[in-house]
Amino acid sequence: MALLEVKNVTKQFGGLTALNDVSFSVEKGEIRGLIGPNGAGKSTMFKNIAGFYTPTKGEVIYDGQNIAGAHPCKVSGMGLVRTFQETTLFDEMSVFENALVGCHMTARSNLFSAIFGSDRQRQKIAAEKTMDVLEFMGLADRKDQLASELPLGSQRALAMAISLNADPKVLLMDEPFAGMNPEETNHMMDLTRKLQDKGITIVLVEHDMKAVMGLCGYLTVLCFGSLLAEGTPEEIRNNEKVIQAYLGGGS
Amino acid sequence: MSIKNLIICIVILAGLVALPHFLAYNFQDLLIFLAVNVLVVVSYRLVTLTGEWSLIHVVMMGVGAYASAMLSKMAGFPFWISMPIAGLTAAGIAALLCFPLFRMTQFYFLIGSFAAGEAIRLVWIYFIDPFGGSSGINNLPPPELGDIDFYEPIPYFYMTLIIVTISLFILYRIEKSRVGLTLNAVHWKAPLAESVGVDTWKYRSLALIVGSFFVGIAGALKVHYLGVVTPHQFGIGVMVFVLIWVIVGGYASFVGPIIGVVVLTVFDQGLRASGIVDPAVQPAVYGAVLIASILFMPEGLEGIGKRFFSKSSGENA
Repeated sequence: MALLEVKNVTKQFGGLTALNDVSFSVEKGEIRGLIGPNGAGKSTMFKNIAGFYTPTKGEVIYDGQNIAGAHPCKVSGMGLVRTFQETTLFDEMSVFENALVGCHMTARSNLFSAIFGSDRQRQKIAAEKTMDVLEFMGLADRKDQLASELPLGSQRALAMAISLNADPKVLLMDEPFAGMNPEETNHMMDLTRKLQDKGITIVLVEHDMKAVMGLCGYLTVLCFGSLLAEGTPEEIRNNEKVIQAYLGGGS
Repeated sequence: MSIKNLIICIVILAGLVALPHFLAYNFQDLLIFLAVNVLVVVSYRLVTLTGEWSLIHVVMMGVGAYASAMLSKMAGFPFWISMPIAGLTAAGIAALLCFPLFRMTQFYFLIGSFAAGEAIRLVWIYFIDPFGGSSGINNLPPPELGDIDFYEPIPYFYMTLIIVTISLFILYRIEKSRVGLTLNAVHWKAPLAESVGVDTWKYRSLALIVGSFFVGIAGALKVHYLGVVTPHQFGIGVMVFVLIWVIVGGYASFVGPIIGVVVLTVFDQGLRASGIVDPAVQPAVYGAVLIASILFMPEGLEGIGKRFFSKSSGENA
């Protein structure tokens, strides 16, 4: 059974239908690309899955449960973690603190343990785990810098470190390659593959075709809020409808 | 806490224990209110940690004050029981207010909290039974413990000092813990915090409830020394002073608001004693200080101190 299943999702904003009866499913362990021209409804779909929007109609089944309309913090607690477009970090906090917030689900403490320090052991484990994640993302030597002082590439890596520290089973990545130079893109692609090797299922919303074609095993194409096509990168590249949608061919 | 900080704390505490013996009677009074105000600003800082500035804090102080006053006056509870209940009452009212208030953020939250606070204050004024209306409740009994005379300022100051120190310690621990980290995270990017499982509503509420608990205790401490509680002690004017203390002191760190309230109180008294400025225009001077501090020291007095120390002690800082 699919790990993440979007069933007949419709999302309307007033009279505007941003998503119209879209269904697709993502298998465990794959890297799925969600692509489409501007205004196709990719980000809307993304927010519906991550709990930031409630679908007008339809269901989002994750791990056998309908999570449509659940609060983002509940969704992420179940292991479905999203990243943000551009750089979204806790700006005035250090790199280490940024990543440390990520393991909220396993390391959060209540007032009692905060005052009396009774969960010191748990906090130590959280700190070690955070260092491992920073190491993995190549940020360990910058751990005391402020997040806002990092170069763009490192900021993106830190954003991934935060989500990674939340132990995601599915990682929803919103345009992780936007604004990156080719070198940074390659680095990010390597990291994404390493995440897949760790057993994390990845759903990618992306405009960078080189990255999408290189990474994803299977693509879902949206256009004007509807499902246009699905297939391997090879099939999508040769799909008439997709080519027309992107190039606006004469139909 | 490092050894150095611990020593500084002990020295300050020892100084505070000795201080009232060198002061005139009316300054001893002032010292008590100063200690209470320190607790007010530090508990307010906890509320602002999530990035939401409320205008209800001083009213919450009043909720605690009224709770303690009514319990001790009408039900005959000793101060030692009515004071913690004062904190719990303020926390309870805050918990109820979280439901409407935290549907809003930022500017709307600010106005909403002001409205809620005024509503509570109007209840005190309107319902003469049991709140005593505009004149409030007077003849509050002081605390009783052995044969210590709590009508005298020095014993009352020592008691206040102990309670405030314990409260500050607890608030400090909360801020430096994982809870404080999460509150900060909610402040900087609420959606990002939610994306890793933080229930931002819960944490905002937690900050308001805990802050209200401690300010409720501060309220009880204040009115049992004055012997009277009235709605006018907790008006928006007082809240503005709290804001000025926090902003001028610097809200970026734990000690900033404490520095703010101490420096401005000393400044205020100095101004009064010097007689240069007519008492009637003192609020204007306060206003000028606020504007100047926003313009010339955006990080507050604490920021200036930090800059000075990092220059003088170089890499030690």
